[in-house]
Amino acid sequence: MSPDIILVDTTLRDGSHAVAHQFTLDVVKSVVRSLERSRVRYIEVGHGDGLGGSSIQYGFSKEREELYLQEARAALDKTQLAVLLLPGIGTYDELMRARELGVTMLRVATHATEADISEQYIRLAKDHGMQVVGFLMMAHMLEPGKLAEQALLMADYGADVVYVTDSAGALLPEGVKRRVGALRTRLSIPVGFHAHNNLGLSIGNSVAAVDAGATYIDGTLGGLGAGAGNAPIEVLAAVLDKMGLETGVDLYSIMDAAEWVASAGLARPVTIGRSNLTIGYAGVYSSFLLHAERAASRFGVDIRDILVELGRMRVVGGQEDMIVDVAYNLSKGRESEV
Amino acid sequence: MAKTPVVILGSGNIGTDLWCKIRRHAKLTTALMVGIDTASEGLRRASEAGCPTTAQGIDYFAERCPDLADILLDATSAAAHRYHAQVARELDKRIIDLTPAAMGPFVVPSINLTAHIDAPDINMVTCGGQATVPIVAAVSRVAKVQYAEIVSTIASRSAGPGTRQNIDEFTRATAHALESIGGAGRGKAIIILNPADPPLIMRNTIYLDVGEAAENEITAAVRQAVSAVQQYVPGYRLRVPPLLYDGRVTVMIEVTGAGDFLPTYAGNLDIMTCAAVRVAEELAAHPWQGALT
Repeated sequence: MSPDIILVDTTLRDGSHAVAHQFTLDVVKSVVRSLERSRVRYIEVGHGDGLGGSSIQYGFSKEREELYLQEARAALDKTQLAVLLLPGIGTYDELMRARELGVTMLRVATHATEADISEQYIRLAKDHGMQVVGFLMMAHMLEPGKLAEQALLMADYGADVVYVTDSAGALLPEGVKRRVGALRTRLSIPVGFHAHNNLGLSIGNSVAAVDAGATYIDGTLGGLGAGAGNAPIEVLAAVLDKMGLETGVDLYSIMDAAEWVASAGLARPVTIGRSNLTIGYAGVYSSFLLHAERAASRFGVDIRDILVELGRMRVVGGQEDMIVDVAYNLSKGRESEV
Repeated sequence: MAKTPVVILGSGNIGTDLWCKIRRHAKLTTALMVGIDTASEGLRRASEAGCPTTAQGIDYFAERCPDLADILLDATSAAAHRYHAQVARELDKRIIDLTPAAMGPFVVPSINLTAHIDAPDINMVTCGGQATVPIVAAVSRVAKVQYAEIVSTIASRSAGPGTRQNIDEFTRATAHALESIGGAGRGKAIIILNPADPPLIMRNTIYLDVGEAAENEITAAVRQAVSAVQQYVPGYRLRVPPLLYDGRVTVMIEVTGAGDFLPTYAGNLDIMTCAAVRVAEELAAHPWQGALT
C-alpha cells in the first residue's frame, strides 16, 4: 500500500549541525540500520550544509563526505539515500561523485527568492536519473504567492517535489498553511515541509502542512537538528497515525531508534532555550546557533544581541561569516551596516 | 592620441557597466556593443548615447565589421564564451573574458597584470576571485597558506541571468585561482546571493590557514594588497582589521561600486569591470602581434 505521507529522515544531515558535523562512521551505520528497520523510505546523509559544506565557514566534518555516504550505502537495502546541495557551496563534481556512491535523491536548496540558481543542478541530476527535490529555505521571508512562483521555477526545471523549508523555525501554523496551500494550488507535483522547533511548533507546523496538502514531511530522530532541532520523526509517525494517515513507518522501531539516539550522548540535549527561541523569534537561520555561541564568547557579547542584529540585517542561510562581523562590531560598540 | 576601440560582448549588468566605464575612459572607446536581445536595456542605453550596437550576436561583428576593434571584452556566459573564443581566434582578435569559462589564463591586475599579455584569451576569474585572490597572494608572500577559503556575498539584484546560470563555474574557477595565482595549497570558494532590500554591499570573507605566522607581517601584507587593488577599484576596502586566531587569518573585504549601471551596492560588477578595463588598457598599450607569430 502506498503511503499517504512520505516521511524523510534527515538525522544524519540536519542533525549533523547539532554535533558540529562530528558524527562517527559507527553512528552513521547504527542510525541508518535503525531507519531501515523502521521502513523509512528516504534518508539524507552528509554535512549539515550539504555537499561541499565541510569548510571553515560552516565547520569541518569529522570524516570525508565520501566515507559517510559509503558507510550509509553499505548499511541500506530498500531505503533510498539522499544528499543536500546548496548552489554556491556544493558543485557538479561532488554531486556526480555522490551519485556514483549510490545516492538516488538530490535535494537542491536555495534561499526562498533564488530558485533560479537551482536550474543547473536540477537538470544535471534529472539527466542522470536521480529523483530531485527543490528546497526553498527561509520560507518565512517570502509571502505565499511569491514563494509559489519560485516553486514553479523548480518544478519547471524538473523537480519531482518542492518543499516549504522553515529554516529559521519562525513560521506559525497559519503561515505554514498559507505557503503550502499556495504551492499546492500552483504545482502539479507533491509539496513537502521541513520544520525547525525554535518556537516549539515543529509538530504543530508539520500537521498544519499536512492539513494544507503537503505529502512529504521531514523529521529527525529525537528532533536532532540545527537550532532547537527538527520535527522528531518518531512523534510525526505517531501523530500522523492518529490522524488516520499511512506513513509506512514502523512506530515501535522508530521510537527505539530515537531512544538510541537520545541515549547515545551524541549531542547535548536539543532544547529551545533562550538562544534558539531568539533564532525563531528573530527569523534567523537555525544553523547559526553554535557559530553564534562561539562568537558571543570570543567577543564577549550577548548571543541574543548578535542574533537579533542578524535578523534585522536580513542575513540569509550560509552567511555564517556575518556572525563574526556582527559580534566584532557589537564588541566595538559599532553598528554593522547592511 | 586616438582612443583604442574595443567591442563589448553582452549587454546585461556587466556589459552595460563596462560600457559606462569605458565611456569616460581617456584611452579606450566602445566601437560596438553586442547583445542578443533587441529589448535589452543595456543596448538601448548605449544606442541612445550614440554607441553602435547590434542585437545579432558576435556573428554580426565577425561578418559585417571585424575591423572595428582588435580587443573584445566578453561579458556573456561561460557557455557563450566558448563560441566567442572560437570566433575571436578565427579573426585573430584578443579577448578578455569576464565569464567564469576559465579557458585562458587567469589575470588579477594587482598580482599578474602583464604575465599573460600575449595570450589570445585572458580570463578575469570571477568577481569573488578579483576581490579575494589579491589578499591570498599577499599573505602567501609572508606565510605558507595551506588552505584558503573565501565566501563572497552579493546582492541578488546584482546577479543577472549569466551569473545565476554559472554558479558552478563560479565556485570552481574561483577555487582554482586561489591556488594557481593566490598560492594556496588548496582553495575553496562559496558564493551566496542575498535578496535583502535595500541591497547589501558586496562583501567577501577570506579565511587562510597559515599555521605559524607573524601577525604584523600579515597585517602589513594585507593592507598593502588592499591599497594595490584600490588603485583600480576605488570602492575596495577592509571591513575589519585582519584577525589572526589559532593559526587562521580572517579578512573581511567590502566592495562598493561606482554606481555606474547598478547602484553602489553592486561592487561585484565594479570589481570585474574595473579589473577588465585595467587589462584592456594594458593590451591597448601592447600592440597585438597575432596568435600565430
